[in-house]
Amino acid sequence: MKGFLMILVGAVLVNNFVLSKFMGICPFLGVSKKLDSATGMSVAVIFVMTMATAVTYPIYTYILFPNFTYLRTLVFILVIAALVQLVEIILKKFIPALHSTLGIYLPLITTNCAVLGVTVLNIEEQYNFAESIVNSIGAGIGFLVAMVLFNGVRQRIEGNDIPKTFEGLPSILIAASIVSLAFMGFSGVVEGLFA
Amino acid sequence: MNTIIFPIVVVLIIGCISGVCLAVASKFFAVKTDERVTKVREVLPGANCGACGYSGCDGYAAAAVGGAAANLCIPGGAEVAKKVGEILGVDSGEVVPMVAVVHCSGNSNVTEYVMDYEGPKTCLACNSFYQGRRSCSHACLGYGDCVAACQYGAISIKDDIAVVDRTLCVGCGMCAKQCPNHLIEIIPATARAFVACSSCDKGAYTRKVCKAGCIGCKKCEKSCPSGAAKVVNNLATIDPKLCTNCGECAKQCPTGAIQFCMPKIGTNA
Repeated sequence: MKGFLMILVGAVLVNNFVLSKFMGICPFLGVSKKLDSATGMSVAVIFVMTMATAVTYPIYTYILFPNFTYLRTLVFILVIAALVQLVEIILKKFIPALHSTLGIYLPLITTNCAVLGVTVLNIEEQYNFAESIVNSIGAGIGFLVAMVLFNGVRQRIEGNDIPKTFEGLPSILIAASIVSLAFMGFSGVVEGLFA
Repeated sequence: MNTIIFPIVVVLIIGCISGVCLAVASKFFAVKTDERVTKVREVLPGANCGACGYSGCDGYAAAAVGGAAANLCIPGGAEVAKKVGEILGVDSGEVVPMVAVVHCSGNSNVTEYVMDYEGPKTCLACNSFYQGRRSCSHACLGYGDCVAACQYGAISIKDDIAVVDRTLCVGCGMCAKQCPNHLIEIIPATARAFVACSSCDKGAYTRKVCKAGCIGCKKCEKSCPSGAAKVVNNLATIDPKLCTNCGECAKQCPTGAIQFCMPKIGTNA
């Protein structure tokens, strides 16, 4: 249990996908403008990350390992893309409410590097199946935390007088780097928490 | 040779399996889309203002086919409601035309600036700085966040406060969402009297900061024959449902906080 908690908290705070590993920057900058779309996107990411791990882990362990491990990236992209499409079709049929909430974000994150990254990292870290799932959920929650926090930062930036050169993306990237710097403060927290 | 063929076969098989799964799923889980949705969507004005209460015209088109009332499109008015009703085969019902009113008349002639505000020129930013630059903290900030939101050019800044042009306003409510002081309200266009003040401060204080503010004297309440005017929390309110447009309250008001405007063109008021 302690091991799972360590992985979960570690994935949310210390190894935050956006702010420490710099994955999924595209949706992070693109969709963090409004709070509702930021949370919608993040929930979709949590969902897809968990599903993708649940599918890619057995494929890697039973089909690709040990002879075709180098096919990992290719096969994972293929499987995740198909999986998200499948999930979308099923959601549309059976849970239209959830489909309309996640709707536009689901296809967007199909080829997101954060989703691929979490499935690959689970294997690099040599987690077992349960640990992989926990790590994926943690990574997704970490994405949600980063998005919601950064949405607040962005709303503060928006109303300000910014020099012409820094208007738009430059100022936002600088802000993102400062938020990321702040997250560096979490390194070592997990070991301290569960010591 | 095997090092080339096996990976190809593995990826091919996985690809085929996913492909077949998707094909089967799209057949089995196919959702029928109603062609009436597209038709209703074409009739709607396409302003995506959200006055109907849905996320946009697409959202309302889907909702209308799903059973929502046909007369919710306020910018479209009776004409659009009739067309939507025809497509769906339902009675469209009556559409009450709406119009925006600004609950503030504190222009530069009656109030003063208490600071030289140098920050970003938006109402939102100005209001976050000591509740704005005017002596009255409930006053219109005058930087025109509402003007920027209006797609119909119906609202403008005159004498440093927002003024609605009733002939152009369609009552979509985009401006009301922008105002950080919540001064703008959407009321039925038939209502001609409205209170141009939002100050709930005590009368004596309101009189000190603004010559045109509501001081809560209750003269309107006493003079109103239909019981539409009420003073609640030091501020007069007029219920448009009860108001008979007699104009007595505006005549009685000592500060001119109650305004009586011309009827909107095209209404029977």
